[in-house]
Amino acid sequence: MGNNISLTLKVWRQNDAQDKGRYESYKLEAVSVDSSFLEMMDILNEQLVNEGKEPVAFDHDCREGICGMCSLYINGRPHGPDDDVTTCQLHMRKFKDGETITIEPWRSAGFPVIKDLIVNRNAFDTIIAAGGYTSVSTGGVPDANALPISKIDADEAMDAASCIGCGACVATCKNGSAMLFVSAKVSHLALLPQGKVEAARRAKNMVAKMDELGFGNCTNTGACEVECPKGVSISNIARLNREFLSAKFKD
Amino acid sequence: MGTFFGSSIGKKFVMSISGLFLVVFLIVHLAINLLLLVPDGGETFNAAANFMALPAIKFGLQPVLALGFIVHIIYAAIITLQNNKARGSAKYASGNKTKDVMWASKNMFVLGATVFAFLAVHIYQFFVPLQITHSAPELASGGHDTYTLVANALTCIPTVVFYVIGSLGLALHLTHGFWSAFQTVGASNNIWRKRWTVIGTVFAWVVGLAFSAIAIAMYFIGSCGGCN
Repeated sequence: MGNNISLTLKVWRQNDAQDKGRYESYKLEAVSVDSSFLEMMDILNEQLVNEGKEPVAFDHDCREGICGMCSLYINGRPHGPDDDVTTCQLHMRKFKDGETITIEPWRSAGFPVIKDLIVNRNAFDTIIAAGGYTSVSTGGVPDANALPISKIDADEAMDAASCIGCGACVATCKNGSAMLFVSAKVSHLALLPQGKVEAARRAKNMVAKMDELGFGNCTNTGACEVECPKGVSISNIARLNREFLSAKFKD
Repeated sequence: MGTFFGSSIGKKFVMSISGLFLVVFLIVHLAINLLLLVPDGGETFNAAANFMALPAIKFGLQPVLALGFIVHIIYAAIITLQNNKARGSAKYASGNKTKDVMWASKNMFVLGATVFAFLAVHIYQFFVPLQITHSAPELASGGHDTYTLVANALTCIPTVVFYVIGSLGLALHLTHGFWSAFQTVGASNNIWRKRWTVIGTVFAWVVGLAFSAIAIAMYFIGSCGGCN
C-alpha cells in the first residue's frame, strides 16, 4: 500500500454564527489517495473524536455529485483543485504527499456561516420560492411528439437544469453574485413550453428576490462558469438578462 | 418588486448602454485624431476640430456626452460598492485560484479609474483652453489652432508616456467592457459570446494602439521643443 499520503489540514473552525472563528491545523497520516475528499474529512473527524475533540462540521448528503450539499473552499477554489466536480467527487490523488490543504467555508454576505464549514444557503431556496416553479401541475411524462420541442431547446434546458444549487458560483464570484444560479433556474423553465407561460413574472420575481437578499451585481467575469461543478454556461446569464429586460420593458 | 433602475440587471443595463455610447464617442474621437497625421500642417485636423466646437455640437451633443460619462462613472461606483458588500467582510485565506478568468474583468473599476485620471488631465490640457478659457492659439482664418496646441503638448516625453498609459488602460477596459455590454443586454449566447469577445478584443487594441501611435507619432513629427 504505497498509495498513502500524509497531510496538514488548515481548517476553519467557528462555534456558531456569532463566533469570530479561527483556523486550526491538524495532521493526518496515511490517507489513501483513492479516498474521496469527504472520506478524508471523515478520517479527520474520527481522529478528533478519538482524541476527545469536537469533530469538524461540514455539509454532505448523497456523495455522488448530484445533491449539491457538499461545499468547501479548498486551496483557493470552490470544490477544490479538480474541474467540474463537487467535493464528494474530488479525490485525494489530486493532492501531494506532505501538502498543506486550506479548507474554508463558502464566503459571501448571502451565505452566513452557521458552524465551522457549514454555511446557510437558505437564500437559494428563498429565490426558488419566489418563482422557480410552474404554478400548475404539468402532469406525467407526455407522449413523445405530443408537445414538439426542438432538440436545441431541450438540450439547453437540460443543461441549465443540471444546476444542483451548490453555491460554488457565489463562492467564487468577486461580486458575491448569484446570477449563474438564478439564470440556470430561469432558463430551464423559460426554454420549455410548460415554463414559458410564467416566464416574465418568474424572471422579475426571482431577480428581485436575489437583489433583496444582498447578492451582488454580475460583472461577467465568468468565474462562476469555471467553478460550476455542472459546467452551467454563462449564456444562461445572457438569457436571464434578456428575459428580465423584455419583461420590464413590457410593463 | 422594486424599480428597474434599482434592480441589479437594470443597473447593469445602464452601464452597458452608457458604455456602448462612449464606445461610439471613442470612434468619432479616434477618427478626428487620425487627421492629425494628414501631412498638411494640421489644416484638415483644425477644420474638424473647429467643426466639433460649433454651437450645435457644443451645446447639443456635449452635454449628452458628459451625461454619458457621469452616468457610467456613478453607476460603476454604486455597483462596485454593492458588490464589495455582497462579497462580505470575511476574505478567503487561500485566495482565489480560479483559472481562465480575464484579469481585466476583475479590475474594471481600477482600469476605469485609470481612464478617469487620464480623462481629467486630458480635459485640463485640451478642453479647457479650447472651449472654456479660449487661451489656445488662434488661426488667422478664425477658430483655434488645435493642431499647434496638440503638437506642443506632445513634444513633452512625460505627456506622451501619460497618453500611452491612458490609451492602454482604455484598451484593457474595453477588452472586457465591449463583449460584456452585449452580454448584459442579453444579445449573447454561446456562439455570439465568442464573436463579441473577438470583435471586442480587436476593437479594444485597435483603439488603444491607434491613440498611442498618434501620440508617439506627434512626438516625432513635433519640433522636439521639450517640456515647457
